[in-house]
Amino acid sequence: MSERILIAMSGGVDSSVAAALVRESGAEAVGVWMRLHDVADSYSEFKKSCCSLDAADDARRVAAQLDIPFYVLNLEREFAAGVMEPFLASYLDGRTPSPCVDCNTYVKFGALLGQARRLYDCDAVATGHYARVAAPTPDQPHYRLLAGRDANKDQSYFLYGLRQDQLAHCRFPLGELTKPEVRDVARRHGLVTAEKPESQEICFVPGGDYREALRTRAGWQETPGRLIDQEGAAVGEHRGAAAYTVGQRTGLGVAFGERRYVSEIDAAANLVTLGRREDLELSAFAVEAVSFVDGRPPARDRFHAQIRIRHRAEPVPGTVHRVSSVEPDRGGRWKVELERPAWAPAPGQAAVFYDGDVVIGGGRIAARTSASRAAEGAAATPAAATPAGIA
Amino acid sequence: MIYLDNAATTALRREALEAMLPLLTETFGNPSSAHAAGRRARAALDEAHETMARAMNAEAREVIFTGGGTEAINLAIKGAAWAGKAVGNQIITSAVEHHAALHTVRHLEKFGFEPVILPVDRYGRVDPDQLAAAITDRTILVTLMVANNEVGTIQPIADLVRAIRQHRGILVHLDAVQSAPYIAIDVRDLDVDLISLGAHKFEGPKGMGVLWMRHGTTILPQQQGGTQERHRRAGTENVAGAVGMATAFQLCTEERAETNKRLRRQRDRLRDAVLAVPGVELTGHLRERLPGHLSIIARDTDGVSVSLALDLDGICTSTGSACTTGSTEPSHVLTAMGYPEEEARGALRISLGRTTTDQEIARAETIIPETLGRMRAAAAAVTADPLGQEVIV
Repeated sequence: MSERILIAMSGGVDSSVAAALVRESGAEAVGVWMRLHDVADSYSEFKKSCCSLDAADDARRVAAQLDIPFYVLNLEREFAAGVMEPFLASYLDGRTPSPCVDCNTYVKFGALLGQARRLYDCDAVATGHYARVAAPTPDQPHYRLLAGRDANKDQSYFLYGLRQDQLAHCRFPLGELTKPEVRDVARRHGLVTAEKPESQEICFVPGGDYREALRTRAGWQETPGRLIDQEGAAVGEHRGAAAYTVGQRTGLGVAFGERRYVSEIDAAANLVTLGRREDLELSAFAVEAVSFVDGRPPARDRFHAQIRIRHRAEPVPGTVHRVSSVEPDRGGRWKVELERPAWAPAPGQAAVFYDGDVVIGGGRIAARTSASRAAEGAAATPAAATPAGIA
Repeated sequence: MIYLDNAATTALRREALEAMLPLLTETFGNPSSAHAAGRRARAALDEAHETMARAMNAEAREVIFTGGGTEAINLAIKGAAWAGKAVGNQIITSAVEHHAALHTVRHLEKFGFEPVILPVDRYGRVDPDQLAAAITDRTILVTLMVANNEVGTIQPIADLVRAIRQHRGILVHLDAVQSAPYIAIDVRDLDVDLISLGAHKFEGPKGMGVLWMRHGTTILPQQQGGTQERHRRAGTENVAGAVGMATAFQLCTEERAETNKRLRRQRDRLRDAVLAVPGVELTGHLRERLPGHLSIIARDTDGVSVSLALDLDGICTSTGSACTTGSTEPSHVLTAMGYPEEEARGALRISLGRTTTDQEIARAETIIPETLGRMRAAAAAVTADPLGQEVIV
């Protein structure tokens, strides 16, 4: 019997084409659209049209065009626990969240894959990610996660947290394609989403203002606090530490001779530190909650890698070495030392280790402590290196 | 595909389709036109009124064709409410009504009407004494369903109507949309004023309904325009739809006794197989229920998952009412019947129809219990590890 593959369809062109390719492969394709957060469909005659239900409509249309079954699955609770709560907690803690990483680890290839395997007799979950999975070979006994062929679209950064059992049951039909090729496939199938523009904002924060989500979902209120410079001198007032992210430039309302960026956030003390552009260039930082794609760390406590600190940023060569071996395969703490500084590694964001195209593993950039800062000061080489791009 | 969701809708029966086709092609006239084309359409429409009336022991002039059961219910409730506004403002209904009625009553609350929502017992039935106690001199309308769409329970209509008729000047509306295929309507027996029907529940076309209104009853029309349907429902009539509905209803009425007998036998057979699965229980009344209707709760499962898995196995069922937006609101019917949310989540509705065959039941008898058993075990694994953080094999 052919494989039964569940396709997570968002209503965008990428997952539409993923569904088309699964269908073309001869597998039994089943499309689902995940309802991940509250949308206005309860009884109200004045309800506004809802963008996320429009997306579900697009996914349903594509499934109908492909003649595959289609279902709406409610994963609101799972999304709340796996993505939304950590997202809000990150900001409240002065860190920058990585919701797309969590969504892959805990929702698409966590909750959804779990249900697909345990409830619906599916062999795998397919998505529209630009990434590749290589099956084990005699030389390589593990599933390997590789960057998508289209370097401009590569989404392997968001997938580093997948375990071997998750990789064994996921399919990335777009891994070998470029975005223009994906659009071509969509056009060839006449899919209604073929010309649909990319979505950029965080899918669950309408309008893109996460502060509004903090207010409505976490009861956050603006709590003015001190804005200080690198030397600790007060230079102004901010709206509350949770409203800022490291590397942020706009909205600071402080007139300096040159641009200033948020370099550090201390949520507990409600302190936001500003720095000059070069103050945010770091060559060393700690990474926590580290996991490795192989399921265990490399044999040696120190390995060479290219390190990516945000989606689509150019990976920077460096070394990664073990700091603590608590939970050696998951949750361990490692330290990254880059060959040239990267701009504004934000605590909470993912740092992913690559060996060329192959994802070795990754973790979350740890908040800097005064001790780590002193150590970095010794190791850092503040050079006029090109700062990494911002996603 | 085995279709066991006849409570959601049924296929248009061939006889109805064939009766409709000429009205969609050569006999295309507007029934309001005076010329030959119009007269022919008018004759077909008049006949449809007569056929519907005959099947309900009613008069043709009492039959109003509408654009579906929901529209009929809206017309009945809103029309009666506004017509009675000078006398009172209280509208009595029950907690297990279809949203077509419940949301309409709630809507009227914004305009000064006062809804009274009666509770139901564990089986979904309204208590006639509670109804009697709820009536005041402000009561202008009581609207109740004959049989419930989600759990199939049949209300003690005669007793409920008797309780209402202790008082004067209250209009009574029955939502017979779900019951119409299976429970005969004789308007001379039923001491009520308004009855709503929907064609697609008895193999008629979708988008067609009837509001029967006892001659002499006054309601306020809810859409303005032409004088169609004796001023009670403006808009050029769907002649083909009316003819299709009437044809289907006439056949349904003629075959009812035989259909019900077969459905009861098939349903009981499937029910016994399904209830043999540990943790599966019947919802609604054991005996006072629609003949082809089987509603259950599979404990510890999510009905949406079970229905999805059954669909992948080629069997169409539903969780209670048709919903495609992934809402997890527990069923208002099961909630009113006293089921806590975690139990109501496991609701599944299996509804047979006139065209269900014994072979289909034989297959369903194997597949459904097997799927239910598997899903109960699998759901435990999902509940224990909702985010898939244990190894997924």
